[in-house]
Amino acid sequence: MAGYLIGFLVLAAGLAALTSMQRARRSRDAAADKAHSRPIYHGLNAAIWTGVPAFVFLIVWLMGQNSIINSLVLASFPGADALSGAEKSLLISEIRQVAAGNIFKEPTPEILAAVDHLKSLQSIAVWMMVAVVAAAASIGAFFGYRVIESRFRARHSVERSVTWFMMFSSLVAILTTGGIVASLLYEALQFFARVPVTEFLFGLRWEPQIALRPDQVAGLGAFGMVPVLFGTFAISALAMAVSVPVGILSAVYLTEYAGERFRAVVKPLLEILAGIPTVVYGFFAVLTVAPIVRSLGLSLGLEAAPNSALAAGGVMGVMLIPFISSLSDDAFAAVPRAMRDGSYALGATKGETIRKVLLPAALPGIVGGVLLALSRAVGETMIVVMAAGLIARMTVNPFEAVTTVTVQIVTLLIGDSEFDNPKTLAAFALGLVLFLITLGLNLIALRTVRKYREKY
Amino acid sequence: MAAQAITGHVDWKSDAMQARRRARYAADRRLQIYGMVAIFFALGFLAILVGTLSFTGYRAFVQTTATVEIDLSQADIDRGDLMGANWRNIVRDALRQQVGDIPRSDQRDYFNIFTSSAPFLVRDKVIADPDLLDGTARFSIPLSDPLDQLAKGQINPDLPENQRRVNDRQIEYFNQLQAKGLIAQPFNWGLFFNADSRFPELAGLAGAISGSFWALLVCFVISFPVGIAAAIYLEEFAPKNRLTDIIEININNLAAVPSVVFGLLGLAVFLGWFGLPRSAPLVGGMCLALMTLPTLIIVTRASLKSVPSSIREAALGIGASKHEAILHHILPLSMPTIMTGTIIGLAQALGETAPLLLVGMNAFITSPPAGIFEASTALPTQIYIWADSPERGFVARTSAAILVLLAFLVVMNAIAIFLRQRFERRW
Amino acid sequence: MNMLTDAAVEQKLHSTSNEAAIKMRGKDVTVHYNGKQALFGVNLDVPEQQVTALIGPSGCGKSTFLRSLNRMNDTIEGCRVGGEITLDGDDVYDPRIDVVELRARVGMVFQKPNPFPKSIYENVAYGPRIHGIARNKSELDQIVESSLEKAALWSEVKDRLNEPGTGLSGGQQQRLCIARAIAVSPEVILMDEPCSALDPIATAKVEELIDELRENYTIVIVTHSMQQAARVSQRTAMFHLGYLVEEGATDKMFTNPDDKRTQDYITGRFG
Repeated sequence: MAGYLIGFLVLAAGLAALTSMQRARRSRDAAADKAHSRPIYHGLNAAIWTGVPAFVFLIVWLMGQNSIINSLVLASFPGADALSGAEKSLLISEIRQVAAGNIFKEPTPEILAAVDHLKSLQSIAVWMMVAVVAAAASIGAFFGYRVIESRFRARHSVERSVTWFMMFSSLVAILTTGGIVASLLYEALQFFARVPVTEFLFGLRWEPQIALRPDQVAGLGAFGMVPVLFGTFAISALAMAVSVPVGILSAVYLTEYAGERFRAVVKPLLEILAGIPTVVYGFFAVLTVAPIVRSLGLSLGLEAAPNSALAAGGVMGVMLIPFISSLSDDAFAAVPRAMRDGSYALGATKGETIRKVLLPAALPGIVGGVLLALSRAVGETMIVVMAAGLIARMTVNPFEAVTTVTVQIVTLLIGDSEFDNPKTLAAFALGLVLFLITLGLNLIALRTVRKYREKY
Repeated sequence: MAAQAITGHVDWKSDAMQARRRARYAADRRLQIYGMVAIFFALGFLAILVGTLSFTGYRAFVQTTATVEIDLSQADIDRGDLMGANWRNIVRDALRQQVGDIPRSDQRDYFNIFTSSAPFLVRDKVIADPDLLDGTARFSIPLSDPLDQLAKGQINPDLPENQRRVNDRQIEYFNQLQAKGLIAQPFNWGLFFNADSRFPELAGLAGAISGSFWALLVCFVISFPVGIAAAIYLEEFAPKNRLTDIIEININNLAAVPSVVFGLLGLAVFLGWFGLPRSAPLVGGMCLALMTLPTLIIVTRASLKSVPSSIREAALGIGASKHEAILHHILPLSMPTIMTGTIIGLAQALGETAPLLLVGMNAFITSPPAGIFEASTALPTQIYIWADSPERGFVARTSAAILVLLAFLVVMNAIAIFLRQRFERRW
Repeated sequence: MNMLTDAAVEQKLHSTSNEAAIKMRGKDVTVHYNGKQALFGVNLDVPEQQVTALIGPSGCGKSTFLRSLNRMNDTIEGCRVGGEITLDGDDVYDPRIDVVELRARVGMVFQKPNPFPKSIYENVAYGPRIHGIARNKSELDQIVESSLEKAALWSEVKDRLNEPGTGLSGGQQQRLCIARAIAVSPEVILMDEPCSALDPIATAKVEELIDELRENYTIVIVTHSMQQAARVSQRTAMFHLGYLVEEGATDKMFTNPDDKRTQDYITGRFG
């Protein structure tokens, strides 16, 4: 229905624009003095009046409709007041399932009554929506049409609307961040109402599956995130151990040693590594890298899990190579030529110039890049979801499996889940931690890089 | 020697000095070699990755099938109720006729050679073309996954029977069918035109590709206008104050927020608070749009900035309003760069998995979505689902799906590079 | 073409070698940048322990010639040097010549002061360290101190050797760069407009320093300031459009030049 309505609005706006342009032309021709705006602006103005308020109204309606209907249905459901939040949402989803025709067990008469209620509410809602949106569009069109006369400043009006749209657009970024913070905080606070914060921050055991039984939710230390965080940083450290040396050395070679043609070929090839989706890396890690790493670990006489930290971290490291390499590349390129000249003029070799002059001079830029890469490693999801473990363990053996924050978020939330069990909420608490860690790393990194840019 | 140095004389030709210089040059060469090793490590990894995926994936582009003739005119089918006919028995009878007598004990093994959905395939074909009922028709029935693997040489028939997934009788019947020339390996169009299935031999990417298409469409429709509008506002109109500073920092930071966090946002806000449908490309596309937005804004601002101010002044000078100057002159001039950035942003969004998983686009759906409100998967989430499936046949299917995804990415990036080289202006 | 005939060259060479030993000699030096010729058959001798000034309008090839003396042109892609340049009679472009050694013996100071983003001490110690001139810390300290002293900077920085070299004033930075060059005990110091980025007071200090350094080092200085050339140099070479127009004792060049172009340039008619 909403799709048709949007189509209707587009048509109505177009129609309003055309008729308004006609009218504007007529009034321009009739008037003695010069018209302020071209007819097209009058048309656009009418179209905006017709379409935009009605469209905004439609969106708001659609977003609010379900929750209002839900509460109306619940209010008329006998005995619903006594139910808890979880039971309410369960009940609602059952009613909606039945209404949609998916019947798994014979519904009770109360439910059937509620289904009828729901269906009647829904049809009322749809027709009300259509009526209201059509009314909004007509009123808008009427106003847009009526204001037309040769002295009306339609261009200003249109430009004002466009400016408003642009201002709103630039606020979307803020709204997104706001939405992230609000949703994470809201769900995390609900989680902390069930599991103490200290438990979560300092607990050494992470066993969320136990929480399926309500009597074991809290107090058992099953939601201590320390081992999860440990695993995250263990895998990130392994990834950095691969990507930092390889990334910096390849940047050194490409900027200082390689010829023009070699660089022109190899640099885009390296960039390909950054363009490969992470799910592909994850599959490759499972398919190829993990078995090799495992047999390596076993041959060293170590305990080796099939989904070792090393396999996940190593593959993640390769993914980050182009990232570090291109940021180091920028950092080297930003070091002024005079530094190189100064060093060569003293009789330094290329290697000495790189190690003793360029590297220290470019260090802030490189450090910024490494921090950004670290933030990526911490937040990287698919590789670890597919190639790292599920069990939270603190081990320094890179051949054993560890789990990460992102793995836990995904495994806790995959599949249908309700919003009020601690398992689900724990994922949001972890998400909050992840957001704060990456935010901190990003801010430090961006500041370092910017400071460094100012220096030269 | 130090005394010499201070008085200004160093014997550069001394043995010690020469040895030292040799060592210094060696160190220089070592650094150069480390750099080469690093580059070859990275490129070697890339080569192995692409090589392995192609090697495991190319087999999924063909599918082993058996061509079976079924005389439908003899079968007991009510033309008014095609769905109600006993297709299972019809197909089984036909299959049985392909080989000689089968002992009852062997029947189960024999039927397992073919995909268990064979009756539905025949039924759907007949429903699509009821004229088939008039006589004998040929149907191409895919073999089940283990036999497909056998035909592709992935299962070694010389292994002891209990170590392989096809037993001796199945191999024997398979050889009989092959001897009769019934077995073929045509191109696997099903990979592109079938939706997902529990059975590898029938699983295809149609649902995933259309799901990705709808999600990208939503992503584009939201992020393109909003991104450009935001960039124009910040670049051309915004006053320089605290608020715009915050927006600026905020955009840079959003570009580096982990994608899984956008998934959490989508789950909590779009699904939880707004009550939008789960698993729908609409929600996935909205998450992707929010992720693409910062990149798009940054690219657009850079390209707006690169248009020389003389053009703006020329437009304003002949009496265009600021909006008109931007809309008529600056925006068209920076459009190629913006389009390039948009395509690259969409390519990134196409490969993004984590947020889609969280909003439920990993559902098992056996028909392609018809719109943005219907539950579906997307290419990357389909890869994730298949990678998680235990059947052997899904390994090749996963690699093939990855190759398809990579092909889409290559095409998109190629278009972006073409646009850049063909249309981008340097000022 | 060059105003000097071969005979005149021979004569000149003869006369200069009577006055002082020749440290560096350029014979028929040509330089191409990516196929474009920037220097045409320059013949110039650099006498030992004197200051030779290279003058001429911008783009005349004087810096190009200077940079080919210690093969700094090697670091520019697409640059090709022809002819012969010798240091104490050895061809510096001979493949057997070690460019690292050459640059240690022929130091260079640049137009804009370019201290490394390190401490003052580390800036000066960099050269001796990489060449292994000092055997221990105290020797290195001595070299740093004496170099800074010779560069007339010691008294100003001796209490803050560990502060970054980039924190010094422009004139101090340039003297730091001179100290850095001196620290590897070069025989020749090339200076590429060393005062162009400095204020008059700092310039005076550096000029004074150049005059002092002459006692121990051979100095070649590129300058666009006639007064500076007259003040600090003993010999002057005038370049124009890639050709060496005239060279000779500074006194003579500034009072009675042979070439019309030199006269025009010195009197300020072009440049």
